[in-house]
Amino acid sequence: MENLKKKFAGKQAFINLAIIVLTYVLLTVLMSAGLLNRQYTSLLVPIAINVILAVSLNLITGFLGELSLGHAGFMSIGAYVGALITINMDAPEIVELTLALLAGGAVAAFFGFVIGMPVLRLNGDYLAIVTLGFGEIIKSVLISMKITNGAKGLQRIPLYTTYKSYTLVFILMVISILAIMNIVKSRHGRAICSIRDNSIATQSIGINVSRFKVMTFVISAFFAGIAGVLYAHNVGILKPTTFDYNKSIEILVIVVLGGMGSIRGSVIAAIILTALPELLRGADDFRMLLYAVVLIIIMLFNHSKIKEGLLNNNIFGKLFKSNEEKVGE
Amino acid sequence: MFNNILEQLINGLRTGSIYALIALGYTMVYGIAKMINFAHGDIIMVGAYALYVAIVLLHLPVIPAIIFTCVVCSVLGILIERIAYKPLRNAPRLAVLITAIGVSYFLQSASLLIFKATPIPFQSIINIQSINIGGVTISGITIVTLVVTTISMIALTLFINKTKAGSAMRAVSEDMGAAQLVGINVNRTITLTFAIGSFLAAVAGILYICQYQSLKPTMGALPGIKAFVAAVLGGIGSIPGAMLGGIILGIIESLSKAFISTELSDAIVFSVLVIVLLVKPSGFLGKKKNEKV
Repeated sequence: MENLKKKFAGKQAFINLAIIVLTYVLLTVLMSAGLLNRQYTSLLVPIAINVILAVSLNLITGFLGELSLGHAGFMSIGAYVGALITINMDAPEIVELTLALLAGGAVAAFFGFVIGMPVLRLNGDYLAIVTLGFGEIIKSVLISMKITNGAKGLQRIPLYTTYKSYTLVFILMVISILAIMNIVKSRHGRAICSIRDNSIATQSIGINVSRFKVMTFVISAFFAGIAGVLYAHNVGILKPTTFDYNKSIEILVIVVLGGMGSIRGSVIAAIILTALPELLRGADDFRMLLYAVVLIIIMLFNHSKIKEGLLNNNIFGKLFKSNEEKVGE
Repeated sequence: MFNNILEQLINGLRTGSIYALIALGYTMVYGIAKMINFAHGDIIMVGAYALYVAIVLLHLPVIPAIIFTCVVCSVLGILIERIAYKPLRNAPRLAVLITAIGVSYFLQSASLLIFKATPIPFQSIINIQSINIGGVTISGITIVTLVVTTISMIALTLFINKTKAGSAMRAVSEDMGAAQLVGINVNRTITLTFAIGSFLAAVAGILYICQYQSLKPTMGALPGIKAFVAAVLGGIGSIPGAMLGGIILGIIESLSKAFISTELSDAIVFSVLVIVLLVKPSGFLGKKKNEKV
């Protein structure tokens, strides 16, 4: 039995590896053949950024079972730290970018720790509000500080992560996904999931709930920070208002649409939700409305009789069953 | 200097009483349905736009316009409860919370589509001369705000404590199952709570718009969140707590705006929330609840 499980895990890893390599090869072939026009190539990096953001938020929302509405805040910290480093430094591109990524991630992780501390005492609704307030605090501090150039924001950030360096961004995205997947599968990850399922029971079997909650926030913030650095060097301009409440909601929509607690779902949803608005340019005004409706309908559907009926149905039941086990209460 | 502080305190009282009105909606809904109605702040926005539509587009006189606004908001509150929250009454809290955020987002983007993002200027409907007491000027809008909020709060307290529907509300918030057993119509009581909360939000929206005189689709978000902070500060679920919390928050905000920094005042308000939650999560007047296994 044990052997079989290992074999299965090995097979899973092989499939994942195959998907990653295939995607990369496909991208490279398409790029070098010139089949992708400017509109599509400019989407590559934003997709990767949203994948990282969604997967890292999924760690908090899907696996820890807490709602974080300040993810854009972590992202903005990473973006500003990274941008300030590359603007003020005079070193080769690769050195600057590596340093920016590490520092951006680390500072965001530090703030994840800071925001994780109140989490020790809070859960559910209160936690959501604190993270929301935290995002607002960061925004107003960014506006009032001199070094971030206030409301005007930072300009002329070197463009290190445009579509030309998609290999680097792709590798970073894969590393983030694999890292979070492995955390979830590890002993720590099981502890995190058990906190989601029943925090009192978890506490009673000797798992330090607060420690794991803070840890989850730190890890998630780290990856959000990295996504922020990538964003800053992709767009070239930073404004505090970019990272408002709406940005956090956008990431949340990706996570909810992909399925809370499903990393593969987050990746797919991130790709769809980043590409779709670009392809449907004309309907841009309706995008926000659509997001809101999607959020409400998915929540209502998940807890409706229709879904129950589908699950009990033979054909649909098999399709959904595998996902269903992962989704938490 | 002394006059300046006094004036800031009165300003704080004015903003604070608006926060208190909004916070009452949060706290009542939380007490009964055990959920944060994230869309509550956006009901203020809808109220402000409804007033704009009634006065500027439909040319209604002031009193019918106010009634129109209150009716629109109350009906909207009931609709939101019926469509989005009622099917999820036994769902996990995370699901309800995400739905509430969805509703809030829906209202914002719908009004963005209808009224566009450019702020619309709006003339205040309250035209009362400011008065001067011993060198301290109190504007007309401040007087009206204070009078209206005081009346609303007294009326609400009387309603909750003296009427049959009020006792039903208290019973449902105490124990929903037991309330159902003694023959209280729980669904109707929850609907009533949403209607009253949204009505208060409409009043707050009217006062708010007379003070800031500019309409935009996201205008409800910030006062909504701050009012929630006020509700938590006073102890969520407690009606006197919401009034107290709102006024304290308004005064903190106005003093930090005047004497510390305008840009950082929001940050200070949210820091207050974090500190309160760290030190006394149940707020000033809230009850401490132990988690049952």
